Amino acid sequence: MKKTIILGAIAAAGLGATVASAGTLDDVKARGYLQCGVTTGLVGFAAPDANGEWHGFDADFCRAVAAAIFGDPNKVKFTPTTGKTRFTALASGEVDMLARNTTWTFTRDVDLKFTFAGVNYYDGQGFMVRKDLGVSSAKELNGATVCIQTGTTTELNLADYFRSNGMEYEPVPIETNAEARQQFLAGACDVYTTDRSGLAATRATFENPDDYVILPETISKEPLGPLSRHGDEQWSDLIRWTLNALISAEELGITSANIDELRKGTNNPEINRILGTEGNLGAMLGLDKDWAYNAIKAVGNYGELFDKYLKPIGLDRGLNAQWKNGGLIYSPPFR
Amino acid sequence: MAMAEPEGGPKESFRPAMLIYDTRYRAITIQVLVLAGVVALIGWLVNNTLHNLEILGKPLGFGFLTEPASYDINQRLIEYNSRDTHLRAAFVGLLNTLLVAAAGCVLATLIGLFVGVLRLSKNWLVARLMTVYVEGFRNVPVLLWILLTMAILIDTAPRPAAFRKGEASMLFDAVAITNRGIYIPEPVFSRSLGNIHLFGDSSLRFDVSLDLLAILAALVAGIVASIFVRRWADRVQEETGDRPTTWHIRTALVVVPPVLVLWALGFHLVPPELKGFNFKGGIHLRNSFIALWLALSLYTAAFIAEIVRAGIQSVPKGQTEAALALGFSGGQTMRLVILPQALRVIIPPLISQYLNLTKNSSLAIAVGYMDITGTLGGITLNQTGRELESIMLLMLVYLAISLSISSVMNWYNKRVKLKER
Repeated sequence: MKKTIILGAIAAAGLGATVASAGTLDDVKARGYLQCGVTTGLVGFAAPDANGEWHGFDADFCRAVAAAIFGDPNKVKFTPTTGKTRFTALASGEVDMLARNTTWTFTRDVDLKFTFAGVNYYDGQGFMVRKDLGVSSAKELNGATVCIQTGTTTELNLADYFRSNGMEYEPVPIETNAEARQQFLAGACDVYTTDRSGLAATRATFENPDDYVILPETISKEPLGPLSRHGDEQWSDLIRWTLNALISAEELGITSANIDELRKGTNNPEINRILGTEGNLGAMLGLDKDWAYNAIKAVGNYGELFDKYLKPIGLDRGLNAQWKNGGLIYSPPFR
Repeated sequence: MAMAEPEGGPKESFRPAMLIYDTRYRAITIQVLVLAGVVALIGWLVNNTLHNLEILGKPLGFGFLTEPASYDINQRLIEYNSRDTHLRAAFVGLLNTLLVAAAGCVLATLIGLFVGVLRLSKNWLVARLMTVYVEGFRNVPVLLWILLTMAILIDTAPRPAAFRKGEASMLFDAVAITNRGIYIPEPVFSRSLGNIHLFGDSSLRFDVSLDLLAILAALVAGIVASIFVRRWADRVQEETGDRPTTWHIRTALVVVPPVLVLWALGFHLVPPELKGFNFKGGIHLRNSFIALWLALSLYTAAFIAEIVRAGIQSVPKGQTEAALALGFSGGQTMRLVILPQALRVIIPPLISQYLNLTKNSSLAIAVGYMDITGTLGGITLNQTGRELESIMLLMLVYLAISLSISSVMNWYNKRVKLKER
């Protein structure tokens, strides 16, 4: 008799396991908060302050998504992930989405089964060295010891770059940015390599940032963006269009300051469609008509985010300017 | 109700109901049912996993092992570059695991023996110091010891640049201690015999140094010869009662042949040299290796010390007194009376300490030591997204290593255990 109960329980668990994969949006709504995977701490992109509050370009993107869903940017639980743990965390459903300086690559998209919502930062891999080494180009790094975060595309780019240039190096594999910072400052490696934005963010936290230089070479393309699991189009659409709403808002001049004014009605139908005063784009995503209004109101538009978090660590717009200003930041139309 | 007939009664023919009501069969019935349940549960788990992987579009497969790894590994005991396969990278990692495990077991045993004996010392200070060591190390997680050792190595030793500026200098012009590791002279043979290349072009190819084989052969030959001398001495002692002094002949037999081979091969040491960013030449003992090796050894040694102490204390004092009364010297008493009996107590728990050390070596990733967990279970897993396959292989590898260690140690245990005649 006992055995029947146990077998019955197992069968029930089996049934439960197969049923539990409805839409991510429904899961998030039922749970009452968004689970967002971020870095373990990279100033400017996502880093906790003294009170444990996460701040940064990526952290605020999570808030924008939460605001679009719940109308409340604080309904987010941030999960710090390392370069190694991030994909497992996303694939296993531990987080609903990643906003974590993740490079969009073929294999991650196709083989690892993730959907990239778009690009929120066009980056490339660079090298940082101490100024007193007297190195002015990455081509002079033959024989250097290089600190590198494992589980990243930079690890592979590094191997390719040194190989194709016929140079040797000694890799020092490291788990997190904080460890890399410690080892680099202690001189356990000559070079720290990661995305240029990451280098700038790390350098900004040094006591004497001017003692270090970022070498001019950019050895790779690193389009960074938020991502979700394959197989839930509604959910990936929601993330994609939240990102596009922030980008379009900058292009159309919607800011967190003037948004309430603009919501009273404008002569620009696209602004009206984004802000939900015309049409029903929100309902198509399974959200309120205020979704984009809430997102932009909560964190500001793309340009505001950039100025707030990335300017202070020494990054300029460059490739990340709006397309009208010669950059690559471009949102499909809201129509 | 059908009950089992008392013994001697007429034999009852078997009926299925007896499987439950007959005490002779009930135990077997229950065991069969539980076994079937366990098998069904495992089968369900496996089936469910495969099914879910299929839905994810990631069917189980090991083809990724033959793809190029595309990443570099700093510590390589065999030749490897980023164009080699993931399997080769795993092999490099496996050798690194074996290296740190073997070096760790040796050092832990030496320290453990030393500390365990000293803990029994009659000198109050020495005994207390050893107690502090044992309690300190075994009561703090080994991961913290690894991280602490690494931090000390990085923050206290000078940078290579300091050697150029003359702020630091090499020990005896041969050893450079830097915050990137310790560079020691490398043995080089000017009349080298070369290598044997095994396994052609496959991922498991490796070179065996003929020089090393020659030295080992000379050493083994010397040891065998020395054993013959001992047997001869035993025979003389049995016949005449006097034991000839043989220690100098036996030492010479062990030492001289390898030295002769070394000389014939043109053995010399090449010290490291500062070139560019780093020291070149010599053997580079990386900080990650040293930190892991020291921390694992010191941690495990604390446990081994306790095992050794328990082993020695398990031999009754009367044994020592009896041996001394028979005219044995102190050393002979230890070697011929105490140790053989203590080893019986020491060996079994020592096996599990060796296994622990080997398994704990997977903490290597904390300091960036590229063991098999760092290569196969770290970078390969991450770059290919083959979590299940990588972890399963990894578990198989550790299982194989552990079973090998315990079978060797069990063989040794059989040799030293009490022989009842």
